[in-house]
Amino acid sequence: MSKSASFVTSIGQFKQGNPGKMLLTTLQTLLLPLVGLLLFLAVWNGVAKSIDTSLGQFPGPAQVWTQTLTLIDEHSAQREKAEAFYERQEQRNAARVAQDPTYEPKVRPFTGAPTFFDQIWTSLYTVMIGFLIASVIAVPVGIVCGLSKSAYTAINPLIQLFKPVSPLAWLPLVTMVVSALYVSDDPMFSKSFVTSAFTVSLCCLWPTLINTAVGVSNIEKDLVNVSRVLRLKPLTHLTKIVLPASIPMIFTGLRLSLGIGWMVLIAAEMLAQNPGLGKFVWDEFQNGSSESLARIMVAVLTIGAIGFVLDRLMLSLQRKVSWDKNSVLR
Amino acid sequence: MTAKHLELTQVGIDFPTPKGPFTALKDVNLKIQKGEFISLIGHSGCGKSTVLNIVAGLHQATSGGVILDNAEVKEPGPERAVVFQNHSLLPWLNVYKNVELAVKQTQRGKSKAQIRQWVMHNLELVHMTHAADKLPSEISGGMKQRVGIARALAMEPKVLLMDEPFGALDALTRAHLQDSLMEIHADLGNTVIMITHDVDEAVLLSDRIVMMTNGPAATVGEILDVDLPRPRERLALADNPQYNHYRHEVLTFLYEKQKKIEPVGRRTTQNKSASSSKSDAA
Repeated sequence: MSKSASFVTSIGQFKQGNPGKMLLTTLQTLLLPLVGLLLFLAVWNGVAKSIDTSLGQFPGPAQVWTQTLTLIDEHSAQREKAEAFYERQEQRNAARVAQDPTYEPKVRPFTGAPTFFDQIWTSLYTVMIGFLIASVIAVPVGIVCGLSKSAYTAINPLIQLFKPVSPLAWLPLVTMVVSALYVSDDPMFSKSFVTSAFTVSLCCLWPTLINTAVGVSNIEKDLVNVSRVLRLKPLTHLTKIVLPASIPMIFTGLRLSLGIGWMVLIAAEMLAQNPGLGKFVWDEFQNGSSESLARIMVAVLTIGAIGFVLDRLMLSLQRKVSWDKNSVLR
Repeated sequence: MTAKHLELTQVGIDFPTPKGPFTALKDVNLKIQKGEFISLIGHSGCGKSTVLNIVAGLHQATSGGVILDNAEVKEPGPERAVVFQNHSLLPWLNVYKNVELAVKQTQRGKSKAQIRQWVMHNLELVHMTHAADKLPSEISGGMKQRVGIARALAMEPKVLLMDEPFGALDALTRAHLQDSLMEIHADLGNTVIMITHDVDEAVLLSDRIVMMTNGPAATVGEILDVDLPRPRERLALADNPQYNHYRHEVLTFLYEKQKKIEPVGRRTTQNKSASSSKSDAA
């Protein structure tokens, strides 16, 4: 993303007609992060060598890289296995149908252990669902709170009470409630998924709710007066004035929420043994082989990278829908 | 045409403050005829904007009331369009859509083509058709104010209310917009109430200048009839003795009769209440 940032600055410099300075800033925006990264790798390498744990030496960049490649190999190996499994199953079923046309072929899913990349996918899917549920609730409630002072006064104590609650405190309750209420013979989603998603939702609600309420209540008074003079109907007032005016603040809230949701999810998966990256980390920790720490480190870096990408996606979405093109978003 | 078009009778307003109600306006009486151009002038904080907001329906008078064409003003409405001081265009809509919002709201049942034509007609009045596709952030302050005027005109208001419409503009742009406003007023003949700080602007544009006393409990001090033939030319008027006489009258009212003592050092007890009330009344 620093690339796009540098691109913007270079256009700015280009307009000012200063190619020398432009080149310098481009180099700076590209090189400085690289310098930082290299320094970090060097320090990591040095420190890692001097830490000996019961699982062997703390992994340096080299070991982590090796494990990254191993995880990719394991993933493709597992994929091949799965493909072979489905192929065999199909052949078997075809043969039995040929023998006996009344036979209804059974299709069984492949039950191999999920690989690192399967876990990434599970986590991403879960956090997105949890985040969406939270947003669908938080944005309307936030708008109501922003429009009506009485609603805000009524809801504010609840917000303040629940906002600081750690997700891990919710987790046992959510687990039990989901087990009790989500009963079905053929569930569409697994219970662990529902538990994780709801825990994420509970923690994603607050930043969006608060920022939406602040955004809505801070709409310029003159714009509200324009709406009054035009006698806009409440719904038109909402769609034409309130929503567009508060979009920047709503998105600030959404971005914060998604960041929190991602952190919460990993913790929830570790604690509740729900499939996902958190479980991967915990399993590796329990496994305790000499590669475990390096594999955990791969997961840590992946979690960070995905969090970063999610935030940047939200940011570009915000840039796209926000009318305030002059505001500097970071 | 009867003389009664817009009438303010014994209008007063109290604002609640922690120290009890604060009387911003008291006994404001004003009769305005159809097509008249009225300026409200007075020191800042004297409640000019409050008068305008009461006529607009954005504020409710505590006592007295406003009657427009035999109907009491109780709420805001497009027949009393407001041009706000800082243009108040919706920043996420382009110039065309800003005006279109007002047109769609007030000209119900019109076809798409008619709406488009009416929007463009009003942009034409303020010479802004060339920037129809631009966002408010992409045009200058004077242009934004033009669009604000176009939006108000597009509502086909009985009364056009302008709250220091040119206050935030530089002198040249302001003169330009004043000329445009005079043309539009000559064409359309709307009733206009305009708040201003600018004595020249008031004399140049108005049929009558309503001069307000200082608050608290501000009211109409004097009303000056400006009997200059229209169309008025600012250059020709600069040497006109009649014009200068009117200017002098307004200046005398503002700087002798309603002298506002702005304390430099310590406030004296006498004008303490007057200055502290400024923010409430404005």
